[in-house]
Amino acid sequence: MLTAEDKKLVQQVWEKVSGHQEDVGAETLTRMFAAYPQTKTYFPHFDLNPGSDQVRGHGKKVVAALTNAVKNLDNMSQALSELSNLHAYNLRVDPPGFSSQLLAQCLQVVLAVHLGKDYTPETHSAVDKFMSAVAAVLAEKYR
Amino acid sequence: MVHWSAEEKQLISSVWGKVNVEECGAEALARLLIVYPWTQRFFDNFGNLSSPTAIVGNPKVRAHGKKVLTSFGDAIKNLENLKATYSKLSELHCDKLHVDPENFRLLGDILIIVLAAHFGKDFTPSCQATWQKLVGVVAHALAHKYH
Repeated sequence: MLTAEDKKLVQQVWEKVSGHQEDVGAETLTRMFAAYPQTKTYFPHFDLNPGSDQVRGHGKKVVAALTNAVKNLDNMSQALSELSNLHAYNLRVDPPGFSSQLLAQCLQVVLAVHLGKDYTPETHSAVDKFMSAVAAVLAEKYR
Repeated sequence: MVHWSAEEKQLISSVWGKVNVEECGAEALARLLIVYPWTQRFFDNFGNLSSPTAIVGNPKVRAHGKKVLTSFGDAIKNLENLKATYSKLSELHCDKLHVDPENFRLLGDILIIVLAAHFGKDFTPSCQATWQKLVGVVAHALAHKYH
């Protein structure tokens, strides 16, 4: 799925946000909860008010996992294996095809907000493909 | 009928007031063709779509992008009456153009990313939420006459 060029672009984008990872994660989730209220149903135990520590903490986790995926683009299935189990058997988030489109959309908006023109069509395409690949791996064990 | 709060209407019109319809339309359509290359199936007669650079520079893409986003502006002027506003366009997309409505969702999401890149931090989470609702409603109206 991901060409060599795609991988390079994803790594470049990730480098640009390294150092802001916590903000990126928090903002992505905040946007997702605002734009897609149905996603809040997975977090009844969280304080979802803007700026909440729990949202920041969880955002940081999500971005750390994606960072791990970026470091292992040739080997995502293995690198994300634990997370794949978690999503399939414990979290049982509605099929990743659907819910990760929502997360992916919000992540892309955050990247676009921060990078402006630098979020080129080629970069946009590579990140979109990357997030699809992540979703596919997370869905592997659903059934 | 979809309900729009005063705040939502404000967020829509304040963003729209600053949008360069020609630029944003061209960019959104170009990105659709680049990020989701299978959408090129609808544009066989557009000439050179062989690379991102070719697509971005293609005058037919630019012109059509402008057309599409101009039509979006009609939706914004008729928020209370979208299905009627888009009735003919819906029939066109079904009967003549044979476009799978899923593509409207894809284009809507891309438009949001284009707006985010242009407006940066001003494209707040509330702004995004309102606009995601708007593109969803527009896509729904465009699909309404499908049979």
